[in-house]
Amino acid sequence: MVPGFAATATTGAAASALEAARLALLRDLRLAFRKRGQLVQPLAFFVLVTMLFPLAVSPELSRLRELAPGVLWVAALLASQLALEFLFRDDAYDGTLEQYALSGQPLTGLMFAKTTAHWLLTGLPLALVAPLAGLSLGVPAAAIPGIIISVAVGSVALSLIGSIGAALTLGMKRSGALLALLTLPLSLPVLIFGARATQLAINGASLLAPLELLGALAVLGVTLAPLAAAAAVRISLE
Amino acid sequence: MLDQTLEVENLHLWRGERHVLRGVRFTLQGGDCLEVTGANGSGKTSLLRTLCGLIYPEEGRVVWNGENVRRDLPAFHAALAYLGHEPPLKSDLSARENLRYWIGVRRRISAAELDAALLRVGAGSWCDRLVRTLSAGQRRRVALAGLALLIVPLWLLDEPSTNLDSEGQELVGTLLAEQLARGGMVIAAVHQGLPAAVRAARRLELAA
Repeated sequence: MVPGFAATATTGAAASALEAARLALLRDLRLAFRKRGQLVQPLAFFVLVTMLFPLAVSPELSRLRELAPGVLWVAALLASQLALEFLFRDDAYDGTLEQYALSGQPLTGLMFAKTTAHWLLTGLPLALVAPLAGLSLGVPAAAIPGIIISVAVGSVALSLIGSIGAALTLGMKRSGALLALLTLPLSLPVLIFGARATQLAINGASLLAPLELLGALAVLGVTLAPLAAAAAVRISLE
Repeated sequence: MLDQTLEVENLHLWRGERHVLRGVRFTLQGGDCLEVTGANGSGKTSLLRTLCGLIYPEEGRVVWNGENVRRDLPAFHAALAYLGHEPPLKSDLSARENLRYWIGVRRRISAAELDAALLRVGAGSWCDRLVRTLSAGQRRRVALAGLALLIVPLWLLDEPSTNLDSEGQELVGTLLAEQLARGGMVIAAVHQGLPAAVRAARRLELAA
């Protein structure tokens, strides 16, 4: 034992909400890199689905390009769903969410930090591998930057919408199907505007309008989703 | 911390058809320790979770320093530490990492404080091992280090000595005695009584 322990444990200012959110984010990132299998699954799913499509439909380039926006975005939407189930589940089981709720810090900020980690680990990598998926669907190289940007912005909205569903289904066994039923309808605007942005990028037209709408959805998500997720988490802890 | 008071007024809690808490009431002041006993299912854990605001009771209220805690839950939460059945640790992080993130969310801690706390609970030689490789008793010791680092006036503990050997139970007694000596309060749900260092505890027995 260290005799001076009691003396050392007498100081320590409260952590700011920002510092608390930063630590919650870092903890999730560190844990994710220790469990790389979970990290790779959504990406592998996304790439596999988009690569299998040409084999099942037709190798004809014009036909593939026509289907590419829909295939890319449906695959991205389903891939982001795969990781959603894990967003809060482990934290609920091991008591972390309970400690977050009792930390005296705004739970909304901690939920936002967790969702940010989810996007960094799922949405951003999806955007980065989207060129690979796009090329396998015959998308011209000039459209790749537009696709990366639209998937990056759209996946922010998907992560935020997903966080509400993940929080609402906490505590339910086999919540995967219910989670999909809750979040997929809410994700339809992201799917529509994302596919439109990709279509315009493939055609070489300006994709500013659908991109702005995706951005608006992301901002709306940033504003409302952490609040809703925090409220749902509190209910699940009862 | 001596001027803190906790008043629990006529708490009634229903879980489904079960009337779990039936008019629980008590008052604690700085330096007081309350030992909550009762058979399995008598509502010890529910009482602790109700006190810390995780569960809403059907009737009654918890008053902290003269204010209903529901009026400012975050402020009340900042004043309490709750340790449940299972230590809130991530199995894929080391003991040291767990404490840094868990406690760091609440207060700034230095590396020296962290080291001192880990040494205090006997974790000096294994604090960098992943928690999933630790025994249940070692995990409990890590949780106790976290508890000691929180420095808050109210401790709510659910079976704090579970899985601990005799030295570990002695450590729990010392930590509780220190908390009480600095004017803090402890409410502990226990099956086998509190360690000898806190024998002066008041007792609340819950009926099953």
